[in-house]
Amino acid sequence: MNTPHITVTDLTMAYGDFVIQQDLTFTIDHGDIFIIMGGSGCGKSTLLKHLIGLQRPAKGAVFYDRQDFWHASDEERVRIMRRIGVLYQSGALFSSLTLAENIALPLGEFTDMGSREIADIASYKLALVGLAGFEDYYPSEISGGMQKRAGLARAMALDPEILFFDEPSAGLDPVSARLLDDLIISLRDTLGTTIVVVTHELASIFAIGSNSVFLDPETKTMLATGAPRKLLAESSDPRIIQFLTRGESNVDKPA
Amino acid sequence: MPWRQCLRGIAVSAVDAAPAPIGVKPIDDSTAAIQVTGDWSHGAAIKPAEQVLAELDATSPSRVLLQAHELAGWDSRLPAYLLKIIDYCQARQIEVDASGLPEGIQALLKLARAVPERTGARRATQKKSMLADIGKTVLNGLKDVRGLIAFIGETMLAFMSLIRGKARFRAVDLLLCIQDAGPAALAIVTLISLLVGLILAFVGAVQLAMFGAQIYIADLVGLGTVREMGALMTAVIMSGRTGAAYAAQLGTMNVNSEIDALKTMGISPMEFLVLPRMLALILMLPLLCLYADLMGILGGALVTVSAFDVSLIQYYNETQKAVDLTDFSIGIFKSLVFALLIATAGCMRGMQCGRSASAVGDAATAAVVNSIVYIVVADSLITLLCNRLGI
Repeated sequence: MNTPHITVTDLTMAYGDFVIQQDLTFTIDHGDIFIIMGGSGCGKSTLLKHLIGLQRPAKGAVFYDRQDFWHASDEERVRIMRRIGVLYQSGALFSSLTLAENIALPLGEFTDMGSREIADIASYKLALVGLAGFEDYYPSEISGGMQKRAGLARAMALDPEILFFDEPSAGLDPVSARLLDDLIISLRDTLGTTIVVVTHELASIFAIGSNSVFLDPETKTMLATGAPRKLLAESSDPRIIQFLTRGESNVDKPA
Repeated sequence: MPWRQCLRGIAVSAVDAAPAPIGVKPIDDSTAAIQVTGDWSHGAAIKPAEQVLAELDATSPSRVLLQAHELAGWDSRLPAYLLKIIDYCQARQIEVDASGLPEGIQALLKLARAVPERTGARRATQKKSMLADIGKTVLNGLKDVRGLIAFIGETMLAFMSLIRGKARFRAVDLLLCIQDAGPAALAIVTLISLLVGLILAFVGAVQLAMFGAQIYIADLVGLGTVREMGALMTAVIMSGRTGAAYAAQLGTMNVNSEIDALKTMGISPMEFLVLPRMLALILMLPLLCLYADLMGILGGALVTVSAFDVSLIQYYNETQKAVDLTDFSIGIFKSLVFALLIATAGCMRGMQCGRSASAVGDAATAAVVNSIVYIVVADSLITLLCNRLGI
């Protein structure tokens, strides 16, 4: 636990001249469940894109262990990206492939396992997320919650060190959302995976988060970083307290 | 009789007395009341707010009371109407007292004004000068050109890694694309080519029959089809069929983050998605073109043999004499170029597609329009070149 798993220093994100967030500095430790939270439109998903290599930062750096992600050569970056798995908001399953083929795709591309072994692993991953028996279904034939779980199975295909979740509980009923939270915790506990979650579901934030960063759309920068419970207990910033209590607490703490 | 008149009198006076649903009533020098009554649901006849505001201006009060009497029914129309009056009064520093309204309406009015309008949120409709429009069009055009050059570069890189044997795509995908761009298109290519051959034959026959030279219809149809129409018509069909499909497929994958997912897996979407599609079209279009040539000649033969007193053998011999291998190679070369253009236009538009349903439609349309323009321009250039080189 000596070196942080991901270090973000002085990151500025922008589309052209339009700055989304600036001066972001935080670290994510090995085995953290790290929450990226903040109001709608504050750039949570954009921050995720910067962490997973889809968008280049305007300024600042992202380090994986000690390696500078955006200043590495293309090949090195691809090598880092192979150590991470991403669950997109919509699942982003390949619609022309069955669930088993979706999971088999990265396995077939990046390992030299035989097709039978790959099929076994695909079935195992589907069973892990509660979709045993759905190998031959196409993404369009299953429900949104199932698509999301299948997306998780694909993200886990290569046993990544870090898993990224983009709004995992959006569009799920409370029970399914809770099951997904449990799944996330057990992934961390059993496999030691570092997990980064973009969400604004309070229930999830408190249930799973061991560390977090809070982004503010008004000032376009981060307000705090730390465990969500600790933020709620110790923060004096009315915006954070308001967010973490759904605006229900009287924000009369001395600011 | 009298009671009837009496009744009519009542009815008339009732209509006269039916209170206007809204009216301005001065109370004293500085106060006016705006009273709403009756039916305020959709479909009720109510005078426009501007008229009420004009009446209000006439009395120029410093305080306005909003009052409701015997409201029969109301929906969103009433609060919207009242909001307009309140905003108007506030802009003129006139005090508004809404306590004479039913509680439900008061609550709605309060809710509608609870969050103040965000400054700068409303989009001002600016009048744009023509120069600005022209500038924007030029800049967009330049952006398109840059995008095209970038896409060609990325395609080159993908083909390089294909040649080095490092490209990653699934053989199944390539086979599916080939199936889709080849055999699946045979029916429509047959129909169109046969008909084009037929048309060529008819057009030529009218002129040639005047000299009794019907046998030369074979030359005309043969050369026209093999050098020109075969490749051109197949390319146009395939740009509508396959080019649009490529753009729509890739565009939808983009909307669905599937392309992002590939990137984060470390798989190049150019290799995985674009290469098999391009390869399939480049492999299949020349074959389709060859087939279209045959069908066109057959169409010509059908007309000539049945209507212009030329036997099938004569037609066959004449065609063989007129068309040689060079003509075929020119047609096939053209179809190769067209395949490259269609695949580039389709895949590029798909990969650069925006993230909405309408963007996918735009991408498909642009793919077809672009590829047809490219095809015709390229065809003219090649034809001109052949003419100058004397082939």
